[in-house]
Amino acid sequence: MATFFGEVLSVYSRAVEEDEEEVDENEEDAEIRRELEEKREVHLHWSPEVSESLKSGNKLPCSDFILAVGHNAARFLSVYALSSENWDALGRAPKDNPAVLICQVTCYLAEDQLFQWTEKVFDCLQLRQLNVTVLSESSVSEFKTADYPSSSSAPFLRSLHSAAFSGKPVCKSLEQPNIVTGLQAAVLNHCEVHRIPSIVYQCYSDVIGPDSVTMETFKPTLTKLGKSIKLDPSPSADILRKIVRTTNIQSNLYI
Amino acid sequence: MFISSENSPPCFKDFTLVMPAVAVGNVGQLSVDLIVSTLNMSRVGYMHTDCLIPMTGNNPYATSNENAEELHTPAEVYMAAELKLAVLQIRAPIIQSKSKKFRQLLVSWIKSSGFSRAVVLSSSQAYQRDDQQMKGIPLRYLVTPSLLKDSEDALKELSWREMERVSAYPGLTDANTEPRLYVPGGGITKGLYTDSCAEEIPLAVLILFCSEGDNIPDAFTLVNHLNDWLHLLDDPSQKPNKWKIPTSWNLLFGSGIPPALF
Repeated sequence: MATFFGEVLSVYSRAVEEDEEEVDENEEDAEIRRELEEKREVHLHWSPEVSESLKSGNKLPCSDFILAVGHNAARFLSVYALSSENWDALGRAPKDNPAVLICQVTCYLAEDQLFQWTEKVFDCLQLRQLNVTVLSESSVSEFKTADYPSSSSAPFLRSLHSAAFSGKPVCKSLEQPNIVTGLQAAVLNHCEVHRIPSIVYQCYSDVIGPDSVTMETFKPTLTKLGKSIKLDPSPSADILRKIVRTTNIQSNLYI
Repeated sequence: MFISSENSPPCFKDFTLVMPAVAVGNVGQLSVDLIVSTLNMSRVGYMHTDCLIPMTGNNPYATSNENAEELHTPAEVYMAAELKLAVLQIRAPIIQSKSKKFRQLLVSWIKSSGFSRAVVLSSSQAYQRDDQQMKGIPLRYLVTPSLLKDSEDALKELSWREMERVSAYPGLTDANTEPRLYVPGGGITKGLYTDSCAEEIPLAVLILFCSEGDNIPDAFTLVNHLNDWLHLLDDPSQKPNKWKIPTSWNLLFGSGIPPALF
């Protein structure tokens, strides 16, 4: 595109990538493409007993599936739930109530793997009477509101739930025009379409990285989870300190 | 694949389907938003697929507190039975490596649902137009052979221009290169059109030339042209057409301005 000053600029669309003319694929191209696709497949690794059970066609009995996406959500569960209970790593389930599953996701999941991950995990779960709770986080800069969000308002919670969810959310529902993306969106979409009661609690924070104030914001969701698992309402400062590692200061130009 | 959100699956036989292509300026999608919002269409199902980037949110067409908290997914189907109209809205980008799969999914769904015709609302980069394309209104159409017979008269009356074929290498006067269909910035538009020709699907495409920016006026332009053909709004004599903007169009360019800025 030419500008007034006579320079030619590349034009990019926010909606579509550069067009790729479809080249006729030969056997070799198709083979390479298949191999690349295989590399991107999601594989689940369960503990040996669970793998055995799943192989013989049984689904994991589960009344509550709790998914934490992101460092703050995951560490909140580590501190408030997982430290006070005898949990198995199978995935995790408390020994005396084997129907609660906690999953912590702190790694990056590519866009084209989110749907697949969700399908594969839910394929392993018994869906009857299943309730899903997702704790996730996002930057407050992603939150759109007519009144500019002041620094004192963050961190705060917003919720989104599927039609089958009949409980009462512990915070405000996500207002228009905000949306949720990532693994939490993939899981909620799956639950909506398959009529599984589920709710996402997203915490909007102004701090990059793990932070105890952000973690504490998830506390009200405890009242919902408290029915299924025993929770530590006030963990010791030691546990909190161990969990919140100070992020390495790579540059002290901006503290 | 299509999953009904109602207790009984909807019947689309002999309905007209309107759908967007995710294309430059998101014009097709904005136009579809206007149609669903104005005609107060109800959602009848989801297109549940791994071909789209996951996203979710509350009801983008909410009119009151009662219907605000309703979850919506990246691709959904809406229906207005009295108009024999169904609309597919796509809210997320198509994963690049899955665009062929997505086109196949759409084509087979259109075929199996028994739609009498499908109309794709799309757009193309304005800066890529050749001399011919810069003439007249910035709207072009394409129609598959299966739909040509039924729509020929209407299209002639509207004096719309068919999308021109352009030379593959502009400037090169090589007699061997035949002019070909080129829809830059159109996403899956060209692929969907050629697939539909091959599968004998009665499909039309409406393409608007535009650039990225505030594309709301482009959405109105496109949906008004569509209305000239399909007569979706009640009163044809009432101009300008009264399209209702949905609540999800708020803050398209970001939050309110921080007061501390001044």
